[in-house]
Amino acid sequence: MIQEKLREKAKELLSKKEVDLIIGFSEWTLPLRTTPVFIRTPEGTESLAWNSFCENNLATYLHKFGRFKVGIVVKGCDARSVVALSLEKRFPNHRPLLIGVPCQRMVDRKKVKKAVKGEILQAVEQGDLLVVKGEDFEVTLKRDDFLYSVCRSCTHRTPNQADFLIGDPVEEFPLDEAHPDVSEFEGKTPEERWGSFEKEISRCIRCYACREACPMCYCTECFVDSTRPKWIEKSLSPSDLAFYHIVRAYHQTGRCSGCGACERACPMDIRLTHLTQKLNQEVKDLYGFETGIQPEVPPPLSTFHPEDEQGFIK
Amino acid sequence: MESETVTNWEPKILAFLCNWCSYAGADLAGTSRIQYPPNIRVIRVPCSGRINPLFILKALQGGMDGVLVSGCHPGDCHFLSGNYIGRRKSATLKRFLEYLGVEENRVQFSWVSAAEGVKFSQVIQEVTEDVKKLGPLRNFVKK
Repeated sequence: MIQEKLREKAKELLSKKEVDLIIGFSEWTLPLRTTPVFIRTPEGTESLAWNSFCENNLATYLHKFGRFKVGIVVKGCDARSVVALSLEKRFPNHRPLLIGVPCQRMVDRKKVKKAVKGEILQAVEQGDLLVVKGEDFEVTLKRDDFLYSVCRSCTHRTPNQADFLIGDPVEEFPLDEAHPDVSEFEGKTPEERWGSFEKEISRCIRCYACREACPMCYCTECFVDSTRPKWIEKSLSPSDLAFYHIVRAYHQTGRCSGCGACERACPMDIRLTHLTQKLNQEVKDLYGFETGIQPEVPPPLSTFHPEDEQGFIK
Repeated sequence: MESETVTNWEPKILAFLCNWCSYAGADLAGTSRIQYPPNIRVIRVPCSGRINPLFILKALQGGMDGVLVSGCHPGDCHFLSGNYIGRRKSATLKRFLEYLGVEENRVQFSWVSAAEGVKFSQVIQEVTEDVKKLGPLRNFVKK
């Protein structure tokens, strides 16, 4: 069992004092969810969990523990975030030890909640099935029908960059064609695209949860908080919302691992991942770069090649 | 602003010109008495690599109908590689804005050297015509 192996490895690392802290997932009070845990003692590792609800990108928390030797439980996408952060020299003292787990693709709890009537009190995974129980119902669902869309098109599930791999590498194949949202959006006319973008973000309440959940958003002063220069007003006008979402996404160019943390964090269910996925696609298309795959290749916007595409320049 | 009706509307275009090439190119156009449309407002920047995509977005939001970024030709950068870095930022930003539905010609880029006064005037003419065809920016501008 992956969960047992994971606990064993974490325990070993902590007792040998190879790390001061393990960041992982733990089951908590809510069904269909896990919570991030921060474990400092070998005994504490008993609370580590691994299941289809370990959706958070824990790399977000690494910024808070720069002084410590950290061991972190990572999926394919999280490992890529850590590699990208390490390229940006975010770990001057100790590079975190990556305890990689090949990802089985994560379950979207919002989709599950929509599929059943009433409040879910318990959810148990049984192989490919998901048994969901409430006060007066019990349903068995097929796990694969309730996956996150970013997970469905994922082709980097095995964290190849990990220091320790728990379990065997999985075969890499997408369940859906890559980025279905992007191709759908691209099929529209420019006017429709702007309209649909503006409509989607009109629900935004500027809580910045997307920024906080993102491991790559670590600036001490974000452009939205800056008052000198004041890039953006603190309003909910369509123009300011568009400004925020364009720049937030654009700042991820060549840095996003496509984990989907921004979209999962959004309390208003705004579709955000297609923006960063489009940028990922562009960067791959223009410069052949994919985030966090090759640890020695510099991020695309901090380097250049004399032969880069310039057909658009007069 | 209020007097601008559709009939006599003239586009406002913000031009970021690099100090070492394009700004000098504009200067040459001026001293050589070469005519170009008066629709551009020039901001001199140290290098085309200095352009933060926020500048471009802020300009559009603030009511500019078009933005032009102009720098040295590849290989001629005063800082050796600034325009190459700028080129990557421009390419990704341009594609991203187009994806979101901002018209293709709103944001344009050019290489103009200090000796290219004629090219500078041509670029400004082309950009002005392109933006005129598109009409005023309605989508992103702050009302």
